[in-house]
Amino acid sequence: MQAKLIVTIFGVLLIVSVNWYFFFSRKKSASADVKEEGIQEVKIIVKGGYDPDVIVVKKGISVRLDFYRDETDDCSDTIVFGDFKIRKPLPAFKTTPIEFTPEKEGEYVFTCGMGMMRGKLIVR
Amino acid sequence: MAKDLVCGMEVKEEEAAGFSLYKDKKYYFCSKNCKEKFDENPEEYLKSEEREKEQALPEKEVEPEPAKEHGEKSERIDIPIVGMSCASCASTIQRGLADLKGVEKANVNFATSSATVLFQPHLVKPEEFISSVRKSGYEVGTVSLELPIQGMDCASCVQKIEKALLQTRGVTKAVVNLATEKAKIEYLSSETGIKEIKRAIESTGYKVLELAPSEEVEDPERLIREKEYKKLKTKFIVGLVLGLFVFLGSSRHWFPWVPSFLGNFHVLWALATPVQFWIGWQFYKGAWGAFKHRNADMNTLIAVGTSAAYLYSVTATLFPSFFEAGGIKPAVYFDTSALIIVLILLGRLLEARAKGQTSEAIKKLMGLSPKTARVIREEKEVDIPVEEVLVGDTIVVRPGEKIPVDGIVKDGKSAVDESMITGESIPVKKKAGDEVIGATINKTGSFKFQATKVGKDTALAQIIKLVQDAQGSKAPIQRLADVISGYFVPIVISIAIATFVIWFNFGPFPALTFALLTFVAVMIIACPCALGLATPTAVMVGTGKGAEKGILIKGGESLETAHKLDTIVFDKTGTLTRGEPEITDIVIQNDYSEEEILKYAASAEKVSEHPLGEAIIKRAREKKIELHDPKNFNAIEGHGIEAEVDGKKVLLGNLKLMQKQKIVVRNLEEKAEELAGDGKTPMYISLEGKAAGLIAVADTLKENSLQAVAKLKKLGLEVIMLTGDNKKTAEAIARKAGIDRVLPEVLPEDKVNEIKNLQSKGRRVAMVGDGINDAPALAQADVGIAIGSGTDVAMEASDITLIKGDLRGVVSAIELSKRTIKIIKQNLFWAFFYNTAGIPLAAGVLYPFFGILLNPIFASAAMAFSSVSVVSNSLRLRRVKL
Repeated sequence: MQAKLIVTIFGVLLIVSVNWYFFFSRKKSASADVKEEGIQEVKIIVKGGYDPDVIVVKKGISVRLDFYRDETDDCSDTIVFGDFKIRKPLPAFKTTPIEFTPEKEGEYVFTCGMGMMRGKLIVR
Repeated sequence: MAKDLVCGMEVKEEEAAGFSLYKDKKYYFCSKNCKEKFDENPEEYLKSEEREKEQALPEKEVEPEPAKEHGEKSERIDIPIVGMSCASCASTIQRGLADLKGVEKANVNFATSSATVLFQPHLVKPEEFISSVRKSGYEVGTVSLELPIQGMDCASCVQKIEKALLQTRGVTKAVVNLATEKAKIEYLSSETGIKEIKRAIESTGYKVLELAPSEEVEDPERLIREKEYKKLKTKFIVGLVLGLFVFLGSSRHWFPWVPSFLGNFHVLWALATPVQFWIGWQFYKGAWGAFKHRNADMNTLIAVGTSAAYLYSVTATLFPSFFEAGGIKPAVYFDTSALIIVLILLGRLLEARAKGQTSEAIKKLMGLSPKTARVIREEKEVDIPVEEVLVGDTIVVRPGEKIPVDGIVKDGKSAVDESMITGESIPVKKKAGDEVIGATINKTGSFKFQATKVGKDTALAQIIKLVQDAQGSKAPIQRLADVISGYFVPIVISIAIATFVIWFNFGPFPALTFALLTFVAVMIIACPCALGLATPTAVMVGTGKGAEKGILIKGGESLETAHKLDTIVFDKTGTLTRGEPEITDIVIQNDYSEEEILKYAASAEKVSEHPLGEAIIKRAREKKIELHDPKNFNAIEGHGIEAEVDGKKVLLGNLKLMQKQKIVVRNLEEKAEELAGDGKTPMYISLEGKAAGLIAVADTLKENSLQAVAKLKKLGLEVIMLTGDNKKTAEAIARKAGIDRVLPEVLPEDKVNEIKNLQSKGRRVAMVGDGINDAPALAQADVGIAIGSGTDVAMEASDITLIKGDLRGVVSAIELSKRTIKIIKQNLFWAFFYNTAGIPLAAGVLYPFFGILLNPIFASAAMAFSSVSVVSNSLRLRRVKL
């Protein structure tokens, strides 16, 4: 009986912590540096996810996101910015720049080709 | 501040990445890399530093010396100019150039489309000439080039290379990107070439990698991929052998002939361990990578699931007494963990292969781009890289060769195979004045043509871009799947844990075993991949297939709307019809022959520029009738023309003209009315004051219009014709095309409103037009289909572009969209159904009722094949017949 109680409590705690960790814990965010040429640039490392995965940029200034894919795992082989109609292959161990100009404020999700790895672009 | 001797960058001592002590002096470096280089050979860097100092000194002395300014030799530069249409343009440009400080003489030649400037190089830079030309409103024929550079490791390298490039004569712009390791260069091909540019970069100590057109850029990636694939294959084979042994050893109750030592727990452990940690390493790696980013993916599920089975078995092997104390016979599940890994690996192998095929169409398109062009420069034929071809260049193409860029034939005749661009399988005849498309293949004769579009403006480049964009888009139908896949994995983990707890608490004896097996099965069977792949793979294959057939679809959204259409509106002129009037009937009177009538009418029209006149001349030429120059030609506004041909007075025009000249037309009038009723335009002709007959001209239907309309009707669409013609004419044409509903007398600017009208009645409307004057209507329609043109405007406004003018393409496009959406729906249904049915099954919901429990090994097999089946289903689109 005791064993059952322990397993139940442990199980519930585990479920809570899994959901907290994946859904509610804070993610790393980075703001873009505005360079002299009027481009805001952020470097992102792609390895099982996007690092950083929350990117803050300013409205109306062109953005260059340099994605460096540090793995060969198929999952991350494409980057998709659905709102900007961008879908680009990311060659492994290479930097692929993605350039666009966000015109509207808001939060835009970017994902891998299959929507499993996610990051957020916040335009202010 | 200290100077990094390796890269030349200024570094703050306190921020330096490191320093080296050499001959009692400290040297600071911006990066570890620089420090290592210095340590390898410090003397070399010290020497080159000294050399630079020596060179720098005299320079400083030279600068302030004004006397030298006058003695400086002036230089000459030739700049090709694009977009000059008249001699006055030339003088505008010339004035702009001559006004620049330091320019001694500027001469712009309209005939050669180039500017020659004599200038003082220390006072003015060639870049300024270019901006001056651009300010005058013209473009400079620069060539842009992207070169990959190897060995850059800090920001100062960038400046060094950019400086070296800009100092190279003829280079107008140079931007080096450290992140992509590429230099973007714009240069004047009249002044310099790739060789000089490469030399300039290499003089700074960096290496230029081989010129890489887009397909080659992918090469290293493909190599890595192939290597991975091979590695995966080896792993799979080794895993399969080991897994089989583990399976046999664990199932001795089924295979009594298996030697008993294989059933030993320790032996099984030894066999399963390499599978778990060598072959399955990628799952751990992937899972950890995702975990760090607070993500969870397939790898997480597989790593956690198999580890649970593996660790349980290890415990049972090492501490059997622990289980025995609880009254459970210790058992191991090494076969479960090992076979799951092997099966999922197999699934990945198959998926990788299938996924590679989905992007084949775009790779094929990229592979079409030609590499070199044979251009006439200074009256000589020279082979140059296609990147250096300028607008206006004359290019020579021999039989069997690829046409390098878009252009217009100047000289020669040939037949060209355009199937790769338009999907048209029969070679198209080309003569002077005809357009040719880059990447198509010249078949029979040789010809010369003038380049009109190069680089990213060519039809092929535009098509590639469009298809790439389309493949990057998603159909709205995917949205739900996207939302789900984002939350999927953590939820599955939660369900698996809950399953474990429930089985442990309420399951039959041995509860721990059941709890473990159901936990593993739930983790392993869930397959978010299938959800994620459902739409993108189908959109990729569908749009790729379309591109092969000359149907360019803008994206997933267009595909999805196209299959829901119920109304299709055709613009008449140029869409349903050829857009060029043709002679349809000739009525003769007073014993004149058809040839005679044609001869006089065509000769009289020779100097007129009326489209109806052109139709007559065209027919006369086709019939090889000799034409003579008319005398006393006179165009009578609103009536027709009069002229003298071979001494005979010819009148050609409407009834009013005949009445005015008091010519008796008798029964011709009746005939003319009949022709007008058929939607034709009749013209009277009289010779020497006597009525000679009628020539009726009409815009005729394209060959396949009737067939296309019939097919569209069969697909259940209402077909409507939109035209500016009067009702009678419009109805006559519509009847011939098999169209029942006509919207006549619509002014061009009202086309949009007609579409809006239909939409307000709840119709989903497609508009088919030639894309140029119909752009607003195309954009307003739910699906805009631009036909027979690759113009930017048309592509911009439309959702679907048909490269060929053939209307059957409309049918194909709609059919393709219907098929693609059907495949997407099947995929999504399969993926949803699979997961919603599979997870409860794996959790054991059937056990209390039927005693059925899913073996985790079957769960893994099901998972592996669910994503493969989705991709294979999408690949079926490649075989659709259009």
